[in-house]
Amino acid sequence: MQQILNFVIRNKTFLLFLLLFGISLALTIQSHSYHRSKFINSANGLTGGVYGTFNSIEKYFDLKDQNNILVEENKYLRKLLFNSKTTIDSTYIDTTFIGSRYNVTIAEVYKNSYSLSNNYLTINKGLKHGIKQDFGVITSKGIVGIVDNTSNNYATVLSILNKKSGINAKLKSTNHIGSLRWNGKSAQHVQLEDVSNFAPVKVGDTIETGGESSIFPKGIGIGSVESYLTDISGDTFTIEIKLFNDMSNIGNVYILEDLDRQEIETLENQSNE
Amino acid sequence: MNNVVATHIIRFILLVLIQVTICNNINFLGFINPYIYIIFILLFPIRDTRIQLLLVSFLLGMLIDLFSDSGGVHAAASVVLAYTRPVILKTSFGMLYEHKTIKFSNTDVGHLITYVTLATILHHTIMFSLEIFNVSNIILILKKTLFSSIFTIIVSVLIIILFSRNRK
Repeated sequence: MQQILNFVIRNKTFLLFLLLFGISLALTIQSHSYHRSKFINSANGLTGGVYGTFNSIEKYFDLKDQNNILVEENKYLRKLLFNSKTTIDSTYIDTTFIGSRYNVTIAEVYKNSYSLSNNYLTINKGLKHGIKQDFGVITSKGIVGIVDNTSNNYATVLSILNKKSGINAKLKSTNHIGSLRWNGKSAQHVQLEDVSNFAPVKVGDTIETGGESSIFPKGIGIGSVESYLTDISGDTFTIEIKLFNDMSNIGNVYILEDLDRQEIETLENQSNE
Repeated sequence: MNNVVATHIIRFILLVLIQVTICNNINFLGFINPYIYIIFILLFPIRDTRIQLLLVSFLLGMLIDLFSDSGGVHAAASVVLAYTRPVILKTSFGMLYEHKTIKFSNTDVGHLITYVTLATILHHTIMFSLEIFNVSNIILILKKTLFSSIFTIIVSVLIIILFSRNRK
């Protein structure tokens, strides 16, 4: 016993080093595997408060850009409105179509990273505002990611620029589906994997969300085909996509809640049993 | 004594804030960021025990991880740097370290650069290996380590020189 104690006392620095290194290594390994609760994330009062303070200063420098983005979006929505086939009477609102399936919340991005191999965003809405795990996050131009961790006032978003992300997507023209991955090389590009090689892919085609999950509705833009090549196996394409979104400049985002999610999930669980 | 402790606490908080709000968002050429928070570990008093340094470094790394959602990457690299600091000090300062008479505020610039360089390369290699965590991406790891190290070394040496009071 005496000897064990002596050993511990003699090597206390090394043992402490091993302990601390072990803890951090365990946290690192855990952070590389998806769908597990994480202890270390920026959805908490301390980091949210600090980022919030600095964001309130920083956003003044970005106002012009954000304004342009909003004007662009307004232009697009106006175009849809004026060119729609049905004439819209401004006094008549059909409530059966408004807010029927998706609930939209706006949020400000407090922290955005795009140069790491696993990128996360921090936004200023949380449990208090009804945000929960696996809600979809988009901007006016395209998808951004999926809500990962939430605290009372803040949430972290698993960016599409994250090696753990795998979103269901499809070709706009033909409905051929694939899985959206990121190889960590460029913040402007993502890859669509496992697309059947019967799909008539052309450079410049639009890729959009597939609507097979209850995270994103069908038809939200992702990007355009830049190049594609056949896999080693020869059966599938891997498509290089240039994102519509500039992931390095995201100011405001929309969070989508699928109100039918529970129903869909219950149904899927039943049929799986 | 209290004065010294206060200085270090202020330095700790300032470095964390600067790191997470400014340095993490530089993204020079798309991916190059300096990690200047290691200055705290580098300038930690030599006379204090290594246990203290280990614990404080772990806390520092954990805070950076908390802010940047990176698991335990920075904590692991910081703890390794803290544990191996005596070896790096001995290599770069030689006899001065043996006699425990290094004053970071008025050392030779050459020695200082050697010290910062060795420490940065060690820290960044571990950090990026753990961050990317994939042997097949070794080129990416080396690329990120090299460029970020250069950036960190330049910024750190400048900060240490500028903010030391009595340099001749």
